[in-house]
Amino acid sequence: MTPLLSIEEVSVSFSQHKRSIAAVRQVSLAVAARECVGIVGESGSGKTQVFMAVMGLLAANARADGSVRFEGHDILATAPEHLNRVRGSKLTMIFQDPMTSLTPHLKIGTQLAEVLVCHAGKSWSEARIAARRMLERVRVPEPIRRLNQYPHELSGGLRQRVMIGMSLLCDPMLVIADEPTTALDVTVQAQIIELLRAMREEVGTALVLISHDLAVVAGLADRILVMYAGRIVESATAVELFRHAQHPYTAELLKCIPSLSSPRLERLPTLAGQPPQPGDSLPGCMFAPRCSRAAERCRVERPLLAPTVGIARHVACHYPLPP
Amino acid sequence: MSGLFDDAARRLRSNPGALCAMFIILSMVALTLIGPWFNPNGGEALDWSHVASQPALQSAHWFGTDRLGRDLFARTLQGTRVSLAVGLVASAVSLLVGIGYGGVAGYVGGRTDHVMMRIIEILSGLPLIFFVIFLTVIFGRNEYLLFLSIGAVGWLTMARIVRGQTLSIRQREFIEAAVASGAGTARIIAKHVIPNVIGPVIVYATLTVPQIIMFESFLSFLGLGIQEPRASLGTLIAEGAGEMEAAPWILLVPGGFLAVLLLCLNIFGDGLRDALDVKER
Repeated sequence: MTPLLSIEEVSVSFSQHKRSIAAVRQVSLAVAARECVGIVGESGSGKTQVFMAVMGLLAANARADGSVRFEGHDILATAPEHLNRVRGSKLTMIFQDPMTSLTPHLKIGTQLAEVLVCHAGKSWSEARIAARRMLERVRVPEPIRRLNQYPHELSGGLRQRVMIGMSLLCDPMLVIADEPTTALDVTVQAQIIELLRAMREEVGTALVLISHDLAVVAGLADRILVMYAGRIVESATAVELFRHAQHPYTAELLKCIPSLSSPRLERLPTLAGQPPQPGDSLPGCMFAPRCSRAAERCRVERPLLAPTVGIARHVACHYPLPP
Repeated sequence: MSGLFDDAARRLRSNPGALCAMFIILSMVALTLIGPWFNPNGGEALDWSHVASQPALQSAHWFGTDRLGRDLFARTLQGTRVSLAVGLVASAVSLLVGIGYGGVAGYVGGRTDHVMMRIIEILSGLPLIFFVIFLTVIFGRNEYLLFLSIGAVGWLTMARIVRGQTLSIRQREFIEAAVASGAGTARIIAKHVIPNVIGPVIVYATLTVPQIIMFESFLSFLGLGIQEPRASLGTLIAEGAGEMEAAPWILLVPGGFLAVLLLCLNIFGDGLRDALDVKER
C-alpha cells in the first residue's frame, strides 16, 4: 500500500549572508492513512521545518530539496495555485499559536465558512450551518454565539478548538498539528489532546503531531520519530520507545521527564552540553559530543537510520542501547 | 460584540473637542447644501445697485457683495461646496489607489515591491506645481484635470503608509494560517491584510482632506484651479485680496470659512487618530 504522505530525502536549508545553513538534512518518513505519527525534538531540530516544506510555507530564503509525495503527487514541485487545491482541504495544518493564527477582524463564523466557500464551493449560508455543526463537534459551548464573535473575545483553549475545527472542515486526509498545545496552560492542554484523540477516532484522518513535549505525543501517537539536529535519530512505536529507547539521545530525553512516582529525585537530570548550531556540520554523529557512549567511530562515521529489531523500529546509532 | 469601530466610536464620544469639530463640519456641510434654499440671491446674479456693499443682516445680502455686485453669501457657500467636494473626491481617489497599490507592494514583496516603490519615488520627485501648470497648458483649464492631478500625487504617501503596515501584518501567523488554508494572494490581500490596516489609513485619509482643500485653494488662488464664474474658497480669497483695503469682508468671509473648515477637519482627524490608535490600548 502506498503511504498517504511520503517524504524522501528532504533537506531544508536557509541562505543567510551568502551562507547556506542546513535546518533539515535528508529526512525520510512516511505517514499511512489513519495513522498518527508523533515528531519530537528540541527547538531547532528541524521538526517544524520539514512540515513547513510539505505545506509550502517555508520562508523566502529557504530551499527545500528531495521529494514530498501526497497521495502519489509530488507537492514540492507544485506551483502554489495548484497546491491550494490540496492544502486547506485534504492537507491541513493546526498552528502553534491560536492567539495570532486567526484573522483578528473577521468573525469566527466568517473564517470557518470561508474555508468551505473556497474549497467545497458551498454557499455562505450552507457553509455557516456546517461551521456551526463543526463547532459543536469540537465541543465549543454556545456555538451560535461564537460564530458572531471575534477571535479576541475567545479564550486560548476555545481558539485552538476553532483552529482544530477549521482544519477538519473539509474532511482532510492528513492534519499536521504543529505544537498545538504549546501556547496553552496544562489543563487546557489535556482537553485539547483529548479532543484531538476523539476527532481522530470520529473522522479517521491521519495526524502528524509535532511537539517538544514527549508527554503530549505519548498519549496520541502510534509511532514516534525523534529528531536531533535536522535528522531523524530514532523511530519506534510509542510503546516501544517508552519501554526502551535505543538511541542514547532518546534515552537521555526520557530520563529528563520528572515522574511523580519517584519523589526522591533531588535534581532533575538534564542533558549536558549544547545542541549543535544550525550551521555546524560534523563528519560523524551529530550527538557524539554530548553522548556518554560515543567512541572514536562515532566522531568519524555518520550512523545511518538502520533498521534494528522489529519492522517499525529504526535507530541511527553505531552503538544502540541493548534491550 | 465590540469591533474596532464600536470601541473607536466610544472613545470619540468622550472627546469634546473632536465632537465639537465634527458638529461644526456637519453644520457647514448642511449649510452649503440647504443654504441656497433660503437665500433669495443666486451666486451669479449681478446686483448693480449694491456693488461691494457691506455685510448687513437686514439687507438682501447678508455677507455683503463683491465688486461685481454678486451675493457673497451665495458665492461663499458655492465655494465651500466645491472645496469640500475636491477634498473628499481627491482623498477618496488617493485612498483607493493607495490601498490597492501599497497592499500589493507590501504583500507581494521582493522585486515587485522594489519596482513599485521606485515608481512612487519618481512620482513624488516631480514638482507638483510644474506638473499642474504643465497639464493646464496642454489640456486647457479643466476642473476634472484638477481632480486628476491632485489625486495623482495624493495617493503616494497613502501607498507608503499602507505598504509599511502590510509589511508588519504579513509576518503575523494569521497570514500564514490563511496561506495554509489555501487562500490565494488576491484573497489574502483583500480579506486579511487590508481590513487590518484600515485604522491608520482612515486617520491618514481624514488628515488628507484638509491638506487637499488647502492645496486646491492655493492653486485657485494662483489662478490655476477652479475658474470663474465657478468659485472655490481659493478663488474667492484671491478676489478678496485685491479689494482688501476698500472692502475687507470680501476677503474675510471666505477666508474665515476656509480657516474654520481646516481647523475643524484637523481637530476631527486628530480625535479620530486618538480613537483608532490601537497602540495606546
